[in-house]
Amino acid sequence: MTNTFTAEHALEYPGGYTRSVGPVLGRFLTGLRDGTILGVRGRDGRVIVPVQEYDPVTSDALGGRDDDYVEVGPAGRVITWSWVAQPRPGKHPLERPFAFALIRLDGADTTLLHAVDCGSPEGIATGVRVAPRWRSDRVGKITDIECFIVMADGEQPTPAPARTNVPDDDTEEGPVTGMNSAFRLEYKIPAGAATRRYLNGLAEGKIIGGRAPSSDDVYAASRGTDPKTGEPTSIEVEIADTGCVTTFCIVNIPGLSELAPEIPYVSAQILLDGADNMMFGLIRGCDVDDVHMGMRVKAKWADELKADHRSILYWEPTGEPDAPYEHYKDNL
Amino acid sequence: MGKELAAVIGVGQTQHRSARKDVSMAGLVREAAMEALEEAQMTWKDIDAVVIGKAPDMFEGIAMPELYLADALGAVGKPMMRVHTAGSVGGSTTIVATKLVTSGVHKRVLTVSYEKQSESNATWGLSVPMPFQAPLVAGAGGFFAPLIRAYMHRSGAPRHIGHLVAVKDRRAALRNPKAHLHIPDIDLKMVEESFMLWDPIRYLDTCPSSDGAMALVIGSEDVADASESPKAWVHGMAMRSEPTMFARRDQVSPLAGKQCAKDLYAQAGISDPRAEFDAAEVYVPFSWFEPMWLENLGFCPEGDGWKLTESGATAPDGDIPWNPSGGVLSSNPIGASGMVRFGEAAQQVRGCAGDYQVELKTGKALGHAYGGGSQFFSMWVVGRDKPTS
Repeated sequence: MTNTFTAEHALEYPGGYTRSVGPVLGRFLTGLRDGTILGVRGRDGRVIVPVQEYDPVTSDALGGRDDDYVEVGPAGRVITWSWVAQPRPGKHPLERPFAFALIRLDGADTTLLHAVDCGSPEGIATGVRVAPRWRSDRVGKITDIECFIVMADGEQPTPAPARTNVPDDDTEEGPVTGMNSAFRLEYKIPAGAATRRYLNGLAEGKIIGGRAPSSDDVYAASRGTDPKTGEPTSIEVEIADTGCVTTFCIVNIPGLSELAPEIPYVSAQILLDGADNMMFGLIRGCDVDDVHMGMRVKAKWADELKADHRSILYWEPTGEPDAPYEHYKDNL
Repeated sequence: MGKELAAVIGVGQTQHRSARKDVSMAGLVREAAMEALEEAQMTWKDIDAVVIGKAPDMFEGIAMPELYLADALGAVGKPMMRVHTAGSVGGSTTIVATKLVTSGVHKRVLTVSYEKQSESNATWGLSVPMPFQAPLVAGAGGFFAPLIRAYMHRSGAPRHIGHLVAVKDRRAALRNPKAHLHIPDIDLKMVEESFMLWDPIRYLDTCPSSDGAMALVIGSEDVADASESPKAWVHGMAMRSEPTMFARRDQVSPLAGKQCAKDLYAQAGISDPRAEFDAAEVYVPFSWFEPMWLENLGFCPEGDGWKLTESGATAPDGDIPWNPSGGVLSSNPIGASGMVRFGEAAQQVRGCAGDYQVELKTGKALGHAYGGGSQFFSMWVVGRDKPTS
């Protein structure tokens, strides 16, 4: 986090999604692993590549019989293409400039999208013949074809090389039934004015809330508007760093967040003195079994304050008498 | 309601399981859709439009299911849209689809919802940390457990009430072959001895993670009248939402839920839900939400929900069976769970609920879903007979 209050944020499921592909797509992917490209016959007899589970016109299920599958290519013809002058490493199939092309493989009636490695835009044209360059460590993904390459007149496509990643024990590899689908979305996220004010307050050891001119309701960590009316919470209000636990749970599950301490710990809703909404907070500084509704708590501030949520480490009991139920019952 | 009547004339669902590794997502929704079409005695050609729903995109990493699933759901050349309201999406998707019929726009609409939870992890999908926002460090159950504690405090409910629901719904699921969880020897002791996850929620007080899909065919009055398939006539539909947080928000019994029920009952002419429904299929992902929603939905005075549960009134043989199918506690393909509630309510009034069929007296049932931080609500009333008003 920088003082520009814009954060780099990546959305990425750890380890990648675990897809099951079903028998029809599985057959196509198993074919790729074997170094072959399969199409499937549609209801109208067209050969569809890559295979589809359902007919694109009639929605009938396809690929139910062995003879519905047809080996195509591996060579084909470029139908149209687009030049990628500045590939992004790790994002594009090739790290050098290449063409994305729609390729009609020999024997197919539809086109397959893939990369063509041809050096420069002058190296490709609609109608040129291309053939796959296969990887040797094939796993049953479309990227088992590294890319396509342009063939000279009369040149024959090179067959896929023998696989280098065949399991060396006796276990037989079954057909491909799933795949790991990893992807990552990167965002730049601005904090926005209300959050910036709140975080700047934390850097000074203060909790800044907001109130809309037409309401008495003070929102701690305001998102910038009164959620009841949509009116901007334009009036800054400093809120105490003390309050009471309204309700809570004791968490016995490890690893829910890197910020969560060792189990068991208490996650609570806290009503701050001078605020009208609840905040979430961790309760520490006492046994988890001693935490109760109405318990008075105070923020435990970090030694070094920053414009960051982590400036409040957790909330700890003050030892004061409990807040009466009447005080917080309407915020449950 | 709209200017036209509408009825459920086809219902299909997958057998819910922790992982359907044998099919793709398209294959999963297809199973439910085919069963619904067959039941409605229709083919793809008969369908005018398709409405699809699923829960957050991060669950499977598919941002445009409507695009990916068009072929599988016979939507080529037809209107297709996707609905999204968090956990309540199965309910709101059904309502959007039904309104395409009650508005007179279409006569035969297929609606499908699904989740394939085995492709990732719902706890991750629901609590991805965001920059500048204080992280919720307790997971989904950690959001709802404090509300349950507040309910227990407010109502004085004894601690075992949630466990009674956990047992009741799993016993009900034993009669539903499509339910995910079948625990033949489930009893109070087993629930009480299960691991305490988010005190006061124990492991067996929570729903499973399921792969599954649900599909309904909604027909207009003339289509339904001409159909030999059993009907569930739609008597009312309502949706409401509210922010996750605002000053003096009743988080235990949200205003949006009460207003949604009030609107729904007015449409359907319901004044005493406990007496006037033969069954209710209500979104109960944590056992304690049964007594909480009993109050929110007006089945009893505030504070008395747990007494109704404790008395056995909500059991399959009670006077107002709640979740005779086994409910969300027995099957939870999140994006589909709301539509499963709506569809199971329809199955009861159609007389198609098999071994978990309740006795039909009024011939009316309630379907309910909620989502987000108890902030999205969708509900419908379905009946064996056409609405009279």
